Amino acid sequence: MNSFVVTKKYKKMAVLVNKESKVIVQGFTGSEGTFHAGQMIEYGTNVVGGVTPGKGGQTHLDRPVFNSVAEAVEKAGADVSIIFVPPAFAADAIMEAAEAGIKVIVAITEGIPVADMTKVKSYITNKDCTLIGPNCPGVITAGQAKVGIMPGFIFKEGKIGIVSKSGTLTYEAADQISKVGLGVTTAIGIGGDPIIGTTTRDAVQLLMADPETEGIVVIGEIGGNLEAEAAEWIKEHGTKPVVGFIAGETAPKGRTMGHAGAIVGGEDDTAEAKKRIMRACGITVVDSPAHIGKAMAELFAVKA
Amino acid sequence: MNLHEYQGKSILKSYGVGIQEGVVIDSADQATDAAKKLTEETGTEWYVVKAQIHAGGRGKGTVEETGSHGVVLAKGIDKIPEVVNGILGGHLETAQTNGKAKKVGKVLIAQDVYYPGESEISEIYMSVLLDRESGQNVIVYSTEGGMDIETVAEKTPELIYKEAIDPALGLQGFQARKIAFKLGLSGAAFKAMAKFVNSLYNAYVGCDASMFEINPVLKTSDDKVIAVDAKVTLDENALYRHKDYAAMRDISEEDPTEVEAKADELNYVKLDGNVGCMVNGAGLAMATMDIIKFSGGEPANFLDVGGTANAERVEKAFRLILKDKNVKALLVNIFGGIVRCDRVAQGIVDAYNNIGDINVPIIVRLQGTNAIEAKKLIEDSGLSVHSVTLLQEAADKVAEVLAV
Repeated sequence: MNSFVVTKKYKKMAVLVNKESKVIVQGFTGSEGTFHAGQMIEYGTNVVGGVTPGKGGQTHLDRPVFNSVAEAVEKAGADVSIIFVPPAFAADAIMEAAEAGIKVIVAITEGIPVADMTKVKSYITNKDCTLIGPNCPGVITAGQAKVGIMPGFIFKEGKIGIVSKSGTLTYEAADQISKVGLGVTTAIGIGGDPIIGTTTRDAVQLLMADPETEGIVVIGEIGGNLEAEAAEWIKEHGTKPVVGFIAGETAPKGRTMGHAGAIVGGEDDTAEAKKRIMRACGITVVDSPAHIGKAMAELFAVKA
Repeated sequence: MNLHEYQGKSILKSYGVGIQEGVVIDSADQATDAAKKLTEETGTEWYVVKAQIHAGGRGKGTVEETGSHGVVLAKGIDKIPEVVNGILGGHLETAQTNGKAKKVGKVLIAQDVYYPGESEISEIYMSVLLDRESGQNVIVYSTEGGMDIETVAEKTPELIYKEAIDPALGLQGFQARKIAFKLGLSGAAFKAMAKFVNSLYNAYVGCDASMFEINPVLKTSDDKVIAVDAKVTLDENALYRHKDYAAMRDISEEDPTEVEAKADELNYVKLDGNVGCMVNGAGLAMATMDIIKFSGGEPANFLDVGGTANAERVEKAFRLILKDKNVKALLVNIFGGIVRCDRVAQGIVDAYNNIGDINVPIIVRLQGTNAIEAKKLIEDSGLSVHSVTLLQEAADKVAEVLAV
């Protein structure tokens, strides 16, 4: 493919997805895929087709159905894919997209076996692609493209980027950010599984580099060390105000709280420990999730 | 999903991992026959009787009814009935049972493997688990087996080693040999350990485990390497391809309300607090629990009702939460996106009317699509439900209700 054109185009992107993204839906004709593809199109996302093996040549939601991702890349120029394939086949779908040259792969599917994801993670290491998720609400660039299952109207256009492991908590944050008048650039739902493609740090890095984003909200939860890793990076390289929240202060040790990755294993992955590290790295951490918007507004008031 | 020791060992054995052999029984009158059978198979004359519960620290734990420990050595077949009766059917409390004793429904009668012989016996620690940071499986091992690994990590962290496994290539022979070498083994024991590590890793991958912890791995006095204990957790998301292991689930180990919730496809975890909550989404559910605490309460549960919060599901969720007599208030927190708030509100009204005698205050926070219509619907219903839209208002309302 013409890689020069692709590179040039990506420079114009907000973060990850924008108006020009050519999006395909893997698992297009299934019930989830159909519903959410419809919602994405309604939002204004440039959905150029979908993939359902064996149904190639048909038309669905007024868009072409392809047999493979490679065919969708070749015939429709797809560069972003969103995956609604059932858990047993989702790892395969991600690898197919990576192999076909898709640049941004958003895996919504919840419940992919961990062993499958260790293989995916290894497989895509040397591929030129960014995997978001799995088990995530997707990515939305306000007013441009919704590649996910989030309710689009909550994300008012503005200047704050959001990185989050959780779906509804992202909506909560976006709603608060919009209500204090700041609005959202891009919200990245990275997912709540133990193995995910884009980490908190990766997403923060993207938003720090985006000229349109002026502040960042980081929403984490118990389990793993992604927030600490991001906090250390922010301490060294951060140039924009960051507000953080960690869910699960009251979660008991050793119990999985909904998300497969949300489990306190030791001392380091409790909400308390994460908040302590984030604060030490200069992040404004709120204890109550009701204060996310307020805290960001205060940071901007001081700045102004 | 957690397995019992005897189940974990049966999986290990099927992959060729050496184990301490044993016979599991659920009734005391099977005890002597089981011991006899074990002697015929292994030649053992002493027996280790081990309570089968999903918790560690059994050896130091105490059976409430009899004062017996959870793991007891019976020095001879004549001692078996007394030892078994001291454990089986009783309630065992250990350092890991969170203050509650667990009913012992099964005991494992295992061979004695600490018999004297030519070489020195050594206890080793070994586990296989996912390293989330690298996305790779790692084998964690230590010469300091037989004790709590967290204690080892604290006192002598230099004695804990890690070997990362490339997911594309799997465990290589040289890695297994490196482990055996670092554990200070030689001769027959070295070879036995390399084979043990290899089989253990195959078992881990083969059954889609998320954790294997073998503590201790024993190097016997005749240079065999065997698993004396097995703590196994399987990846719930992969159980669909392991129907035989899925059938090993022991629901008596789980909270009955959680089992019921699972049957209704509700994601519920029972906690000890006084404010129940029903939320859509796992992250928001955890955040709601935190809000309850900041408002002066303690969360009574985690409950993610999911994307389809219709009347039927809301009613099931309400019934689950209200079963808990500690619950003094109930907070519903739904952020409606794709799901419309007015539909959820109608679900709440219907569920409330169907259940009838709800006598704890309910605070409903509905935000998102059609939130205003939803608030009106609840206010017009005449139910004694507090309706709010902002998260902060919900927090304040919880504090207010608890103060009464």
